Order: sequence, then C-alpha cells, then structure tokens
Amino acid sequence: MSTTTPLERDFAVSAGLVQPKLPRGAGLLVAVLALGVSGLLALLLGWNPVGGLVLAAVLFVIGFPLWSALLEGRRSAVDRLATSLVCLAFGVVLVPLVWLIWMVVSKGLSAISIQFLTYDMRGALAHGGGIYHALIGTLLVTLAATIISVPIGIFAAIYLVEYGKGNRLARVTTFLVDVMTGIPSIVAGLFALALLVLIFGPAIRIGFGGSIALSLLMIPTVVRSTEEMLRLVPSDLREASYALGVPKWRTISKMVVPTAIGGIVTGVVLAISRVIGETAPLLIVAGNTDSLNWNLFNGRMMTLPVYIFQQYSSPGVLPAGEVGDPPGYARAWGAALVLIVIVMLLNLGARIIGKIFAPPTDRRR
Amino acid sequence: MAKSIDISDLDIYYGDFKAVEGVNMTIRARAVTAFIGPSGCGKSTFLRALNRMHEVIPGARVEGKVMVSGQSLYEPGVDPVAVRRQIGMVFQRPNPFPTMSIYDNVLAGNRLNSKKIKKAEADAIVEKSLRSANLWTEVKDRLNKPGMGLSGGQQQRLCIARAIAVEPQVLLMDEPCSALDPISTSAIEDLIHELKADYTIVIVTHNMQQAARVSDDTGFFNLKAAGQPGHLVEFNPTNKMFTNPDEESTEAYISGRFG
Amino acid sequence: MSVSAPSVKPPRRVGDRLFAGAAQGAALIIMLALAGVFVFLFIEGLPGLHADERIYQPATNFASYVGPLVYGTVLAAVVALVIAVPFAIGVALFISHYAPPRIAAPIAYVIDLLAAVPSVVYGLWGGLALGQATKPVINWLYDNLDFIPFFAGPPSVTGRTMLTAGIVLAIMVVPITTAISREVFAQTPRLHEEAAMALGATRWETIRLAVFPYAKSGLVSAVMLGLGRALGETMAVAMVLSATPIVTLNLISDTNPATIASNIASNYKEASPDRQAVLIATGLVLFAVTFAVNFLARLVVARSERGVTR
Repeated sequence: MSTTTPLERDFAVSAGLVQPKLPRGAGLLVAVLALGVSGLLALLLGWNPVGGLVLAAVLFVIGFPLWSALLEGRRSAVDRLATSLVCLAFGVVLVPLVWLIWMVVSKGLSAISIQFLTYDMRGALAHGGGIYHALIGTLLVTLAATIISVPIGIFAAIYLVEYGKGNRLARVTTFLVDVMTGIPSIVAGLFALALLVLIFGPAIRIGFGGSIALSLLMIPTVVRSTEEMLRLVPSDLREASYALGVPKWRTISKMVVPTAIGGIVTGVVLAISRVIGETAPLLIVAGNTDSLNWNLFNGRMMTLPVYIFQQYSSPGVLPAGEVGDPPGYARAWGAALVLIVIVMLLNLGARIIGKIFAPPTDRRR
Repeated sequence: MAKSIDISDLDIYYGDFKAVEGVNMTIRARAVTAFIGPSGCGKSTFLRALNRMHEVIPGARVEGKVMVSGQSLYEPGVDPVAVRRQIGMVFQRPNPFPTMSIYDNVLAGNRLNSKKIKKAEADAIVEKSLRSANLWTEVKDRLNKPGMGLSGGQQQRLCIARAIAVEPQVLLMDEPCSALDPISTSAIEDLIHELKADYTIVIVTHNMQQAARVSDDTGFFNLKAAGQPGHLVEFNPTNKMFTNPDEESTEAYISGRFG
Repeated sequence: MSVSAPSVKPPRRVGDRLFAGAAQGAALIIMLALAGVFVFLFIEGLPGLHADERIYQPATNFASYVGPLVYGTVLAAVVALVIAVPFAIGVALFISHYAPPRIAAPIAYVIDLLAAVPSVVYGLWGGLALGQATKPVINWLYDNLDFIPFFAGPPSVTGRTMLTAGIVLAIMVVPITTAISREVFAQTPRLHEEAAMALGATRWETIRLAVFPYAKSGLVSAVMLGLGRALGETMAVAMVLSATPIVTLNLISDTNPATIASNIASNYKEASPDRQAVLIATGLVLFAVTFAVNFLARLVVARSERGVTR
C-alpha cells in the first residue's frame, strides 16, 4: 500500500475493486493463536488435550470471521465463516476414522500371533485360543452367499437391461431391488431363520442359513452395479453383432458381458466386502460355537463378526494376580483387525480390478 | 458510471495450454465493442478474463494487464468477487435461477449486497431494471411467477435485467443471442442499442451481421494454426472493419471465405 | 417371452430361449425372495402379536412391548441424524466446492472407507473406546445443562449411553449421506453457479443462491436414506447400550431404551419359540418402518427428477 500514491488509491477505492483484505496466511495465524491460547488455558487449568482442541476450534471459528468482519465487511466474514465451518466439519469427521483405525491396529497387532490365527477356541480360557474356526466360517458362509447371489444378480441385471426394457416385470424388479437395498440386515437374518424353522423346526442353526441371509443383502448390490455396467456398453456393439447374424444370447454372453466384465467383477467384490462384516443375521441364524465346523449344512458355525461380538460381550476374566483388560477384549481387537484387513483388501482388489478392466467408455465419463 | 477498459499484453492460460496470446486494446466507455472470429479462437475466453470469470475453471490464469479506469484487475489486492460486481455478465444460454420468481431473480444481486432493502426501493429497482431490459410490459402482471416460465428471449432479457440491477460499469455478453430465435434476437439487439447510453458493452458473437449491426468497434480474433493460441488480428471501428479492413485475413473472414 | 411359431425351429433358438428364461427366472427369484421375506416373517411372527401375557414380560401385550423399542429406535436414529447431517453436508460441500480438485477424489475415497468398516467394529470401538472418552463430556453436560431433559442424568459411569450410541450411529450415517449429497451438489448446473458468480457472489453466496435451491430434494433423500440406515443398524447399538425397556429423553444415563434391532440381537440366543415369535413380529415392525422411510426418500427423488426435466 505504501507504493500507491494517494491519488491512485482514491481511484481504486472509487472503482471499488481494491478492498481491504486479510493478509495471506491470516487463517494460519488465527489458527496458531487459537491453539496457543487454548493450549495455555488447558495447561493452566489442567484440562485434557481434547478439551483444549475443542476450545481452539471454537476460538478459530469465532475469531477468523470476526477479524474479517472488522476489516473486510459482513459478506466476506460470512464467506469465511462458511469456509471455516466446512473445513472444520471435514476435520472432525476424520477424527473417528483415524481414532478407530489406530485403536484396531494398535490393540489388534499385539493380539495377533500364529497361534491366534491357527487355533479355535475349544478349551481356551484366559490365554490361548484363536480365530481359526471363525475365519473358516466367514469364508465358507460368504463363499456360499456369493455362489447364490452372483448368478441371480447378474442374470437379473441382464434381464433388466437386455430383455425387460421397461416392461412390467422389469419395473417391478427394479422397484423390489430398491426395497431390498433398504432391508435391515437383522430382518434378513430373521427371514433366513423363519425359513429354516418352517422346514427344520425351531432349534435349527446352520451356516447355510447365514449364507441365505447374506445373499439377500448381496443381490441388490450385484444387480445395481451389473445393470449400470451393462448400460455403459454402447448399443452399436450389440447392433454390429446382430448384423453379423449372431443370436441374441451369444451377443450378450460373448460380446456384452465380456465388455463389461471388469465393472461387474468390481461390483461383486465390493458386494462381498459389504456383507463379509455383517454380524446381526449371522448371530441369529449361524449361531456361535467354539469349535471348527467345515459343514455349512450341519451344526452351528462361527464367523469373524460374531466372534468379535462374542468376545466383547463375554470377555472372561484374567487369572488372579494379573491386571489388565479382560482377555476377550484383546481377542476382539485382534479379530477386528483381521476383519478390517480382509475388507480393505477386498476394496483395494475391487479398485485394481476396476482399473485394469476399465473399458474406454468408462474412462470417458 | 461507465468505464473504459485498457488491455495490454494479455496472455491467458489453461494450465500449461496457452489459449490467448498478446492482446492489446482499449475498449471505449459508452460504446459497444464486438469480438468476432472462428470457433475456438479464444474470444469467449478473453471476454471471461475481463471480469475474472475464467478463474472459475481450475488451472486458468492470466499474464498481462487489464486496467479499468487506471486500476489493474489482476493486482494482488483485488478481490475477484468485487470485480464481478462492477463488471456484469450475460451468458450464452439464459440462466435465471430456477427456484426464484421473476421479481427475486432481478433482485438476486442486490440482495447479496445489502441485507435489507425496503419494499418500495426493491419495487423501484425491479421496475427500473425490467424497463431498461424492455421486459417490464411483458411481465409486470406476473412478477411472482418463476423466471423459468418465460420464453427463451424473455429469459435472456431477464438475465440482462438481473445484471444491470446492480448497476455495473461494464456489461459483458457472451453470444447472448446464440440460443434465441430471430425475433428475440432483434429485441436483444435493440436493447443493446439503448443500454449503450449508460454502459460500456462488450459482446462476443458468431454472427458477423450482428456485429455490424450493434457495435461501434470490432475486434477480430483468429488462430495462427490449429493448436496455437488465439490472438487479436485486428481491432478497428466497425465501419472500417467491414468496409476496408487492414488485414487480409479479416477481409477473408468477413467475406465468408473461411470460418 | 414371446411365443414363437415357426414350424421348423432353427437350432440356435434353443440357446436363446434358455438364456432369456434364465434371465427372466432370476428376476422372478428376486420377486419370490422378497415375497418370501414378507410371508415367512408373517407366518412366524403372527403368533407373537397376541401371545400369552407372560411372554411379554415386563410388558403385558405386544403394543406395550414394542412401544418402548420403537421409541428407542427412533430416538437413537434422531440423535444420530442431528449429529450426522450438518457434518455430512459440510463434508460433501468440502469435496464438491472447497477442496482442490486434485485431492477431492482421494478424500471422497477416504470417506467411503468409513462406510466399509464393519458395524461390529464400530460397536467394539464405541463400547470400549468412545464410551470411555465421553465420560468427561457427560459429566460436564450433567453439571452445567441438567435442566435440559436430555441431560437430566444421573451421568453414566460406564459411558455406555444413548449419546454414545447416537454418535456411533452418526459416524455410520455420515458416509452414506455424504456420498449422495456430494453427487447432488456436483450436479448443480454450471450455468447457475456462473450466473451467481457473475453477479459478484462470494463462494458461500454462490452455494446459497445456486447450489442449495437446486439440491434441496436430493438432500432430503440423502437424509432419509441415512435415517433408514440408522433405524436398521443392529450391532453398534447392541454393543454400546445396556438396555432396559423404558421411555426416556435422557441421553446420558446408564438406563437406556433398546432399539428393535438391538433387542432382537441380544435376546435371540436364549429365546423360547414363543418369545422368538414376538421378536420376529418386532422385526416385521422394523421392516415396515424402514420400508416406509426408504419409500418416501425415493418418492421425493422421483418427484424432483420429474420437476427438473420439466
């Protein structure tokens, strides 16, 4: 400002273009000040650091727009207030994510060992025991659910895109798929149980029941993603194939589906990652047990999510003389880490598959 | 109220791509200046650089100077929001706010600037702006109907009313008639003639007859070659431009030999 | 399927028929499955609607049994939404309008990761970590704001309160609501935003003038779908709350109403067949409620889509 002469300055103000503006890095300055003040207060009054951070955020959200209001006027102040609130919202949402991941990793890592991964819980008390039976159970139940839901889901999507074309059955199916997406998982579990109870009597608990419940949750996701992918296949491709005299079913199976296969597989893997962590339906139909069971159609079957719940709700006690958390908590964290790793691997796998197979039409969007 | 604009050595970039190169010109106050040229030659980009609207696209930046009555628009202290308040803009396709009535659309800009406008004052602004936009008689009985219900030409005049309601110094128009039928187009052209008395008007057009009809000065933009930045070939009074241009390529473009 | 009548069928028609039949069959299976959900829940749950009085202990009939559960379900979901919606909209705006485009996509991915975390892990974290951490907050609320019925106390000593459950549910709702709001915000026509900016609107004014009016109905459905998730969520609530069948506004004490879903999960193991029927009947109530919420959400979307195309 020192370089402009009074006359030039006059001009600028009359044109209203140069208005007083906060210096660059003003936000940073206020943030540091807010942190400093609240940090000092927290130290002096002996609050915990979280309280200090909350105070700092409040100070910033008040202070920064206030400064702007004094210097830049009301409109800029409101704009800056909105900006600070939006950024703050984002920061706050990250807190639980980071906290949760950190807890699971730090507590889970110490629980995991070779024994933890290869033993079941038979005879395990305060020490020992593992998740082998739950891991196998989860894999079997999810595999069976996938085998049920993938063909149904893909064929239903093919019907919607290639055959239905907005007829009555297609419209009803689209609607029902919408309804299915909204089914609470525990209701899916109740359904599977009600079905089995009707057939086998009230005391039935088998792993396959869990698969039925999970496939009910999986089918809508598979239908949706497959449908979306099939619609991306350009119709010239179909017409070119018909023009060569290729029958419709071969056009679909040899031309349309292979073009969309990357997206379809991605959708299936994401669907698996969504249901593999489901707890409630498995808790009520697959039951829980301490020992390994390879048979989906006979006897209770443990799964990882149910294992976590089980260890959390009845954690047991440490032998006299030892201090610390009940042994179940450590096992629950360990199993949670394994479960999260599986889910994240599936998610990552889905992304990679999507990237590799992405048809050019996909990228143009 | 109206101001002139001086542009010197203006380069416009999108990221690494130079879209417009080395423009020098002076846009006179209370006159209509038209930009013509083939598609993709950067005339719209240049127009958007005049009120810093091009910055809306990520990576867009400018080198050189744009001066409005002695004040550079690109100086560090200048707030782009303040610039746009002074230099209004009308777009290719009419874009009234879909959720607002005709009345609220006209006042949208004023409401931003001051929290409370007295009802009488607001009524006066709406009537004056709509009258200036030659729309008042057509809509005065349905001011509370949505703006989207008007015809395309009326919508565009509503957008002009909205732009002049905040009393800018300059009005930029980016092919304002390209989406309109001939009758609406001539209504807008008449309006441009009238607005010239109070505003500096800059208009981009694809239509050379339109440039000849409405403008006092004309700038011809062209590409040196495909992939090269656009540049200003010639800037002259419209009369001279359409009868005896300095450049051969201008002559070729105007007589329809290319573009 | 069209009835084909050529006298000599070319051999390829068989493949076509089989394939079309399989596709149609899959669509029919979906229909049957959903019908099955209704029918089986109905058959198994019907006896639960008017069973012996003892079955409903401590209540006396189905209505008084399910009433507190419905109340708890709605309370938990509302607490979750009150917390989640402002954050979800803030994050969605951050991604669509504030963050530099280069980092917006990875941020969106990180938020989607929140949705990928299994609910049982949220429950574990809520019960063992978050609950403990809320204790000072609860005490502060009780000391300073106990005249508000939500904070009437006495403050919980375990931290397993309705407030904690609400926060956990909110964290699970945020990614869903964010994902939809983000898409809605990104679809605002460029033209309207530019119109606002050309009038000299600041970023926030542009959002208020051009983005919010356009996004209104999309936001409503985003919130409704989040509500659907919060209503149906089981484990996180079952693991955080120690439930008693009471009706209270109190968010910070140790006695909390259960939700329908968490009540099923925690009682199923020991339930006798009679009691199972009651639980299935409550499941039917839950299904009806979430169905209604999701249906309304889609209705709002469908109506607004029609409005936009017009």
